[in-house]
Order: sequence, then C-alpha cells, then structure tokens
Amino acid sequence: MARQRLFALVATFALVAALAVGLVACQAGRTATGDAAGVPASDELYLPEIRGEEVAVVTTAPEVPPAITRDYATRVVVNMETVEVVKELADGVEYTFWTFGGTVPGPFVRVREGDLVEFHLSNHPTSTVPHNIDLHAVTGTGGGAAVSMVVPGHSTAFEFRAIKPGLYVYHCATAPVGLHVANGMYGLILVEPKEGLPEVDKEFYVMQSEFYTAGVMGELGLQPFDLDKAVDEEPEYVVFNGRVGALTGEGAIKASVGERVRLFVGNGGPNLSSSFHVIGEIFDRVYGEGGTVANQANVQTTVVPPGGSAIVEFTLDVPGTYTLVDHALFRAFNKGAVGLLEVTGDENPAIFAGQANPLAAH
Amino acid sequence: MNRVFALTLLGALALLVGPAAAAAPPEGMVLVRGGTHRPLYRSATEPEVVTVASFYLDAHAVTNRQYLAFVRANPEWRRSRVRPLFADDGYLRHWTGDLTFDPALADAPVVYVSWFAARAYADWAGKRLPTTAEWEYAAAASETRADGRTEPGFTRRLLGWYSRPRPAVLPSVRSTYRNVWGAWDMHGLVWEWVEDFNAALVTADSRSSRAADARLFCSGASLGAADFEDYAAFLRYAYRGGLEARYTTPNLGFRLAADAR
Repeated sequence: MARQRLFALVATFALVAALAVGLVACQAGRTATGDAAGVPASDELYLPEIRGEEVAVVTTAPEVPPAITRDYATRVVVNMETVEVVKELADGVEYTFWTFGGTVPGPFVRVREGDLVEFHLSNHPTSTVPHNIDLHAVTGTGGGAAVSMVVPGHSTAFEFRAIKPGLYVYHCATAPVGLHVANGMYGLILVEPKEGLPEVDKEFYVMQSEFYTAGVMGELGLQPFDLDKAVDEEPEYVVFNGRVGALTGEGAIKASVGERVRLFVGNGGPNLSSSFHVIGEIFDRVYGEGGTVANQANVQTTVVPPGGSAIVEFTLDVPGTYTLVDHALFRAFNKGAVGLLEVTGDENPAIFAGQANPLAAH
Repeated sequence: MNRVFALTLLGALALLVGPAAAAAPPEGMVLVRGGTHRPLYRSATEPEVVTVASFYLDAHAVTNRQYLAFVRANPEWRRSRVRPLFADDGYLRHWTGDLTFDPALADAPVVYVSWFAARAYADWAGKRLPTTAEWEYAAAASETRADGRTEPGFTRRLLGWYSRPRPAVLPSVRSTYRNVWGAWDMHGLVWEWVEDFNAALVTADSRSSRAADARLFCSGASLGAADFEDYAAFLRYAYRGGLEARYTTPNLGFRLAADAR
C-alpha cells in the first residue's frame, strides 16, 4: 500500500517536472530562435557609442563604395545636391532628368549599422522646383522628407541613426511625388550589418526604373514627361541605371571566372516590379527585398518591387557575356531593360560546352 | 421739355460712362472678374469651393526696370543696404550693382527678391500682393477661358513648362502667353510670391502640427487634394511650402494686385 502511494507520488512529481521543463524549454526555444522561419526578431535598438566623424564615400552606378572595415559606429557626413539636367535617355533621345548628384540613379551611400548620419541636402540654383529626400533607411517622419525640403539655391541638413541594416531605396518625396520619381530621383543606401557582409570579389550597383515620355520609344529629341502614360503605368522606357544601354558597350560590368559577384539591385519604379534575372547564371544566395537574411538559395529570377531592392550573389564558373534583364521580356527587348556582365577567363568544358549558334538569343 | 430731355440724356450718358469708368483698371493692370475657385488643398473644415471677388492684377510680373525705380526711391532696399532680416544673401544677385543690371534683363521679371521686398514694393506702389486664391484663380485661365482646366490639354501644357529646364537668360515679360483676363505669363516664366504663401501649411483642423506638413510629402500630398492630375498646381504649392519670407531664389518674382471698387 505504501509502495503504491510512493509510486503515485513519484509519477506525479515526474510528470509535473517534465511538464515544467517542457514549458521552460519551449519558451526558451521561442526567444532564442525567433519564429519558426529562423528570421531573427529584434525590437531592441542598436545605439552604440559614436566615435569620430567621417565624410561618406559615395559612388556613381555601377560602382559601389568599398566594404566598411571599422568596427565601431561613427558620425557619417553625407553631402548630396539635387540638380535638374538634360541628358540622353537613349541615343538621340533627351530628357529633363531631375537627379541626385547629376546622375540617374543617384549616388550609392554605404554606412554601418548604428552610424549617425548627418545628411546635407542642397538644391542647385538652376532647379525649377524644390526637392527633398526620403531614405527608406530612416526611421522618422517621411524618411527625412519632412525635414529636408529645399527650394532652388538653398540647402538644409538633418540627422538620423541607421538602426536597421539592409539595402534601402532613397527618393525625392516632394509633391507631386510621382513626377519627381518618374524624372529620376532615386538611389540606394546600404546599411551594412554590424558584422559586415560576407566577402565577395566584385560588387555592383544596378537600379531599374521606367520613363514615361510623350513620344514613343525611340522618338528623337527632347521628350517631355507624359502624365497619362505614368498614371496608366505604360512606360516607353524600362532601363537599368538611367538610360538605354547604360550597362552595355563600355558601360558593361566586368568580372572574371572564379570571382564571387554581388549585385545590389534597386528598383526606383515609379510603377513596375522587376523580375530580375541574369541570363546564364543562377543566384547562389538572394537577400530577398534587400533585407539582412539570405533567405533563398539557387534562384533564377527574383522580384524587386518598386521602392525596394534585392541583393544577389553568384560565383562565375564559365566565361562569356551574361545578360541582366527584367524577365518581363518585352521590357527587356523592346524598352531597354538589358545590361551586360562580361566575364573573362578560361573555358570550363566540365560545366558548359557546345557550338555557338549565331541566331540564338544571348 | 428740353430740360427733361437734357436731364435724361445726361442720365443716360452717366449710366453708360459711369460703370465703364469704374471698371477701368489702373495703368498696367487688368480686371479679373470674380468667380469661384477650387483650392488644391484645404482642411476638412474649409469649403471645397471659394469665392474670389473681382480684383485688379498686374498684366505682367514686376520687371527689373520697375524694381530699379523702387530701389532708387527707397535706398534701404538696395542690395548693399538691405537688412538680412528681410532678404537672404541672394537678394538681387543677378544685378551688377545696387542700381545696375545687364540691359538685356530690363524687361525680364525681377527675381532674387524676398516676400518682404515684394511687399515693400507693393506698399510703395500703393497696391498689394495677390492672395493664393486670387493668384490661382487668375492663373487657372487659358487664352480663351476663365477655367483652363476645362480646356483639353491645358494642364498638360502647363506641366510641360514646369518640366523644362530653366533658360540660361530669363526672357522678358509678355513672352509666353496672355490669358483671357489679359494677364501675361502666369505660367512659363517665373514663380510668383503671394501674400499668404505659407497658407498651405496652416490647417484649421490639426490635432498634430505635422498634419499640414504631411500634405506636401509623399502620399500625404494626394490626400485631400482637389485634382490629382493638376501636377502643375502640386508643384506650385510644394514650392510655396518650401519658402520662407526672407528667401530669394533665381526663378521667383512677383506681380501686384489691388482691390476693385
């Protein structure tokens, strides 16, 4: 009789203990790994001490500033000027671009998670309208737009902490925003995670966008903006880096067999999503939507939303010409969404061999 | 009988001449007949349509030549003497001296003038700046209609001008188009100061001071706007929203208004 009671007691105790341990383990598991998908969930603000000051190195597409080597947060001074310029959109086709820094896309800015960014924006005196900036990396009103509007000939400054790593679009957000963006006012800012990105051999900056001209694609001369086409989301031009052929000919990006390449891909829109694909290659890793988790491997085509980005990485195994496209094909072949990556190096018949057919698309 | 006839004739003449005399605008001005106007921005408590009373408006923007007369008579508004409180350091930057400028610009609109300077000129001239409502109402007119927005292609044409780069040399007044009221270059030449340029940022219905600012940025710009496709109007309101009273810019001038009796 006593033994039975003893057994019952021990069994109950064991059961309760097991339940307790199970519950605790369950809770611990949840906080340690985030949600089931393995995406780290963090509401904590990363606000390290700021040491020193430096002026940001910015680059023009397709160049990217070098990876950040410092392991501390600093005050980064970024200087940008908005200027309206008449340039070629295609051979013989001109457009009045509204730009950051005189180029479409605007400069690539690279900072580190936790940096304090001191952003100076000026508007060139020849501008016809005021401009401002909304950086998607900013946590704060308008992404900075609320505090950065400048009329021609004036300048302003604001500050923000880059508390969230990732690859972010920035764009002008002065009313009417659609017009400012449609005229070319966008670019990318990378906030490197504090531990940095994995090392690669080559990095490039590619930004897709559309242009809505009164004349049809190819019609020569200075083309005005066409509001009806923009509202109907029917562009005449869909291009990489601000013009037809920006990434072809002398503008083609170059790498070698064996190199690991990373593309920072942005989409300025204003309207269309990009189905980004590199003909002849497969993305080994994709940081979908420009976030900080390489959330997919072995991807052929990744979607880049307007006002969004993606980071793709791949290692080159075979020499040749690789074509960057928006795989919505009529945009690639009829509106300009084509770029070239030229890869030199030894042939690799173990991976790819065959007789080239001059009629095949490539 | 003769006296009655004479009096009747006088009366008839008075009736004919009277109104005409009353309606004759001051020299250099045109009469903008009153009507209704839909402001691009308004708060929830403001009316959708406002009434604009008849008023006189300068036929063209104030020119460099005209402004020269003002600074001759008012030395405190000369470039070397103007108080920084009333104008930033771009004041009359395009002039070569206190009282000199390139003769080619004599009849071009004066630019690089602040709101304070424009108002001082208005006081001196015995007039005033137009309100936003008056300016927008007058500017809505095409060559043939009081409301150009009902004319196909008019808003698109305006947007075409606002999309072009600034010319290297500012053209003279009366070089673009004359609208139905007789006012020249309401679009196509320079931006123009109005009396209440910062009214777009003032709302009668704001629980947060940011509510008004939000209108001019990103999606906020489309909330509550009367006409999503009047992009040129968005551009003007955005421009005004970025200004401060002492600012001067290379493409901002002004013209004057006066009450119509």
